[in-house]
Amino acid sequence: MSHPRPGRASVVTRPFWEATAEGRFLIQRCGACHKAAFYPRPACPHCGSAELGWEDACGAATVHTFSIARRPTHPKFTGDEPYVVAIVELAEGPHVTTNIVECDPDDVWIGMPVELVFDEVGDDGYALALFRPT
Amino acid sequence: MSVRGTAAVVGVAELKPTRWTDNVSTIDLFTQVGLAAIADAGLELSDIDGLVAHPMAGVPMLVPSTLIESMGLRCSFASTVDLGGATGAAMVWRAAAAIAAGQANAVLCVTAARRQRRIEAPGPKRPSGSGGVGGKDTSAWAEFEVPYGNVGANIGYAMIAQRYLHEHRATPEQLAKIAVHQRDNACVNPDAWFYGERITVDDVLNSPMVADPLHLLEIVMPSGGGAALVVVSPELARKLDRPKAWLLGAGECTTHKTITYAPSLMDTAIKPAADRAFAQAGVTRDQIGLASLYDCYTITVLVTLEEAGFCVRGGGGRFVEEHDLRFNGDFPLNTHGGQLSFSQPGLAGGMSHVTEAVRQVQQRGGERQVKDLSFAFVNGNGGIMSEECALILGVEP
Ligand SMILES: [Zn+2]
Repeated sequence: MSHPRPGRASVVTRPFWEATAEGRFLIQRCGACHKAAFYPRPACPHCGSAELGWEDACGAATVHTFSIARRPTHPKFTGDEPYVVAIVELAEGPHVTTNIVECDPDDVWIGMPVELVFDEVGDDGYALALFRPT
Repeated sequence: MSVRGTAAVVGVAELKPTRWTDNVSTIDLFTQVGLAAIADAGLELSDIDGLVAHPMAGVPMLVPSTLIESMGLRCSFASTVDLGGATGAAMVWRAAAAIAAGQANAVLCVTAARRQRRIEAPGPKRPSGSGGVGGKDTSAWAEFEVPYGNVGANIGYAMIAQRYLHEHRATPEQLAKIAVHQRDNACVNPDAWFYGERITVDDVLNSPMVADPLHLLEIVMPSGGGAALVVVSPELARKLDRPKAWLLGAGECTTHKTITYAPSLMDTAIKPAADRAFAQAGVTRDQIGLASLYDCYTITVLVTLEEAGFCVRGGGGRFVEEHDLRFNGDFPLNTHGGQLSFSQPGLAGGMSHVTEAVRQVQQRGGERQVKDLSFAFVNGNGGIMSEECALILGVEP
């Protein structure tokens, strides 16, 4: 699959994207309410605190829901269909949009344990976080 | 406080949806349908002192003044609503609120969308931007959704449907029945895109799978068009010798933009919006004679039936199976055909659920008039079940 690129990261999201080049998936942890959050935000979406720190996600997740795109949902994916677009729940709690790779789309199921796998680092210096069956 | 008794809808107009609207600007469509609604209300241009429209491609800013200038209006209240498919419904209570606040007396609420044929421009191709579809978008969507193809509504609603079918029992046949009965309704609405083209459950289930579990005939078809209505004060409503649809209740809730970050895929914003509308109206679910539910997909209707309280959580499939959803059935649903059969002229698609409810409450449903109708429930739904707005309209104030 040739993925669309994420575009220019903001000051807030850049640490996340830079870490992907090292094979790390960063989430935010709130110093006030201690809840985990994704995607990177300037303040905690649970309590509004700006006291956010970075934390490495362990990479384990389960499929919360998914669909098999039988038609491309973006011009860049033309010819890649069918492919799986999914929402996975990280072991730390937050939900993340991704693609389930390295398996037949028809074999994906809700609750399926999956693990993080990064694709190649692109010209932009970032890698996309994909998930494959554990 | 409640919106009950603050306003009535007296005029309504709709453009017949078209596949393409070549060489017509959106402002032209707004103007055309807006003037038709004013005429239908029995009002003059000079009677209109409020305008609610929406931003759109081509006119992303300063929409009200552009439209006020085009139509020749002078307004003491001018605004836009930007709530996707919930925009039409959300306009109505905002108009009523402006009237209740003494800022306007007659508010034109107008939606329109053009649909241009994609013509390749000569010369070098423009770069699509680093993010492709999301290239110019600076929201989190461009960074965290576009790269994975979580783009467009199909995939988002498909993921809602998959989760629903994981947690609850509903058969493909039950979901398909929604599309079939709405098509039957469209067959008594000459303005519906699919007027005259009946379908069966097998047709729906044999149509191509677009994004599992959504079949092509469970998905709306985009079109061009427009819809407008005029909301007036109770005093003006009583003066006008016109059928009225009184606004009895309204409720709204917005929780997320992208479905990934919804607090829950099952506990939706539909419920708090509907509960507030029913509480404001002092009306019960079983008094509702018409459910005009946003239907970008069959799953949207199923979830809305449950979340708006017409049946229990997880009971939508059985509810659909046990009821006749046609205009002359025991649970009239989307009597204009819904967007699934009327088509979706942009935000005028969401407005079509309001205009149909208004026409029905005004007893102007013609051949598809719901008998003994006193109350109609409308749900507007924007984004990927992101923005929800519920209205209750009644024959009496
Ligand atoms: Zn917090």
